Amino acid sequence: MLELKNVTKIFNAGTINEKIALDDISLTLNDGDFVTVIGGNGAGKSTMLNVVAGTYTADAGHILIDGKDVTKMSEYKRAKYIGRVFQDPMIGTAADMWIEENMALAQQRGTRRGLSWSITKKDREKFREMLARLDLGLEDRLSTKVALLSGGQRQAVTLLMASMMQPELLLLDEHTAALDPKTAAKVLDITENIVSENKLTTIMITHNMKDALRLGNRLIMMHAGKIIFDVAGEEKQKLTVADLLKKFELASDGTFANDRMLLT
Amino acid sequence: MTALLNALPGAVAQGLIWGIMAIGVYITYKVLDLADLTVDGSMVTGMAVCAMLMANGWNVWPAMLMAFLAGMAAGLVTGIFHTAMGIPAILAGILTQLMLWSVNLKIMGKANQALPARTFDVLITQLRKYEALLILVAFCVVLIAVLYWFFGTKFGSGIRATGCNEKMARAQGIDTNFNKCVGLILSNGIVAFSGALLAQYSGKADINDGRGAIVIGLAAVIIGDALVSRFRPNFIIRLLGVVLGGVVYYIVYQIVIFLGLDTDLLKMLSAVVVAIFLAVPYLKKKYFSHPMKKNKEAA
Repeated sequence: MLELKNVTKIFNAGTINEKIALDDISLTLNDGDFVTVIGGNGAGKSTMLNVVAGTYTADAGHILIDGKDVTKMSEYKRAKYIGRVFQDPMIGTAADMWIEENMALAQQRGTRRGLSWSITKKDREKFREMLARLDLGLEDRLSTKVALLSGGQRQAVTLLMASMMQPELLLLDEHTAALDPKTAAKVLDITENIVSENKLTTIMITHNMKDALRLGNRLIMMHAGKIIFDVAGEEKQKLTVADLLKKFELASDGTFANDRMLLT
Repeated sequence: MTALLNALPGAVAQGLIWGIMAIGVYITYKVLDLADLTVDGSMVTGMAVCAMLMANGWNVWPAMLMAFLAGMAAGLVTGIFHTAMGIPAILAGILTQLMLWSVNLKIMGKANQALPARTFDVLITQLRKYEALLILVAFCVVLIAVLYWFFGTKFGSGIRATGCNEKMARAQGIDTNFNKCVGLILSNGIVAFSGALLAQYSGKADINDGRGAIVIGLAAVIIGDALVSRFRPNFIIRLLGVVLGGVVYYIVYQIVIFLGLDTDLLKMLSAVVVAIFLAVPYLKKKYFSHPMKKNKEAA
């Protein structure tokens, strides 16, 4: 499904601020994998997602989606295969456009955007049904500007938008980190439903180790631009937070996890 | 007072012409969120192309079409500067504007070209103000209808999304660079078209006529916004507001002249008014925001 082959990404190469964000990473995701990714700040988690999505271009290595080499493909073309939800709820939706307009834009992902009318009556019915299933009362607010929604509502709508065209790959970049705990839990529930319903191959970055353990069938830990731990299936199910902390301590040479890792 | 009333139809006609121009500005400034200064040049390009072609015996309709196309070409240049060459939009517009100064001189071969309505079969002229008003209103209606359709299509929605949230647009597979170019092309085409109308109406094209056009366009956009924003306007109403903004601008302009203001100061006045209106939302947010409300939104 997704293959990263020896991918390297270096920021500010050749300067004093040089930072090797991804250091020769290789990773293969199988169809239907739901991978949670953890790691400290600056471990390269977000860079990995951004290189896959095409926001950054890899400096070395290859990225294949469904066997197709997309390493040099521009971000907007790659979007045909990829649904994304960002950490900042403001990024995933167009604030000044209506909910239905946003959903229509998502529905056209990967299709040719011609001169036919953007939203039909049938679309509207479909959107209403999808929103109703979120159980956030958004189904009667199709012509509300997204700017008027709360962060959690926006993330939920973004999730719908990211998944509605059955992407080959769903990328979630700490998409609940900016939400309060209650809303985060709700959005995570919605995430679980959408992923399992559509059997989406998913990568989810999180700072919450409990979530990383509870969700998905596979877990990856990153540190200093490398994947230092990769477990799946039963082995992952047996894992505890204590195990993860120990792993992390080992990887970071005794300099212990940052506060954020500790707290969660 | 009668002098002022007599000047009114002329002011409205000019306002409508600049209202059409301001619709072009609206597309870049509001829809795409780009400040495009190309318009100071492309406005004159439209005037020059129309005037020269008609002076060379062309019929008014193809002459206006060519003016429209010439403006589109100018927009394309700015679009390429901005998207393919990575030049900030403001600077890209300024560069094209400067290039157009030379281009416009070359088109006319001199600093101005007369287009007197007595000799040429123009569509609108200040000699027949009421007829001009009717035709201009018809142009506005058609233009607004076409744009309403265009920005409601899948492609047009993609352009709106590009201006609203570029990251989101790209994540939804929208070619944002291409869309910005299309927006700039469309915008400058409309601006040049309004230039063609202005040349006919005023009976001349002059290399200096475009100076400060962007400010007048922005003024019309801002006034229009103030006129309609409280009514939860849809796209049609917003564009209507922009045209009305142009009309209000020119009526105020006439009143100011009538009151005896030194005409040398008019550009200063326009710029100050636009600066104040642009500052208002910022200052409002800075000094009159309600922190309570913000907390509520976050919940």
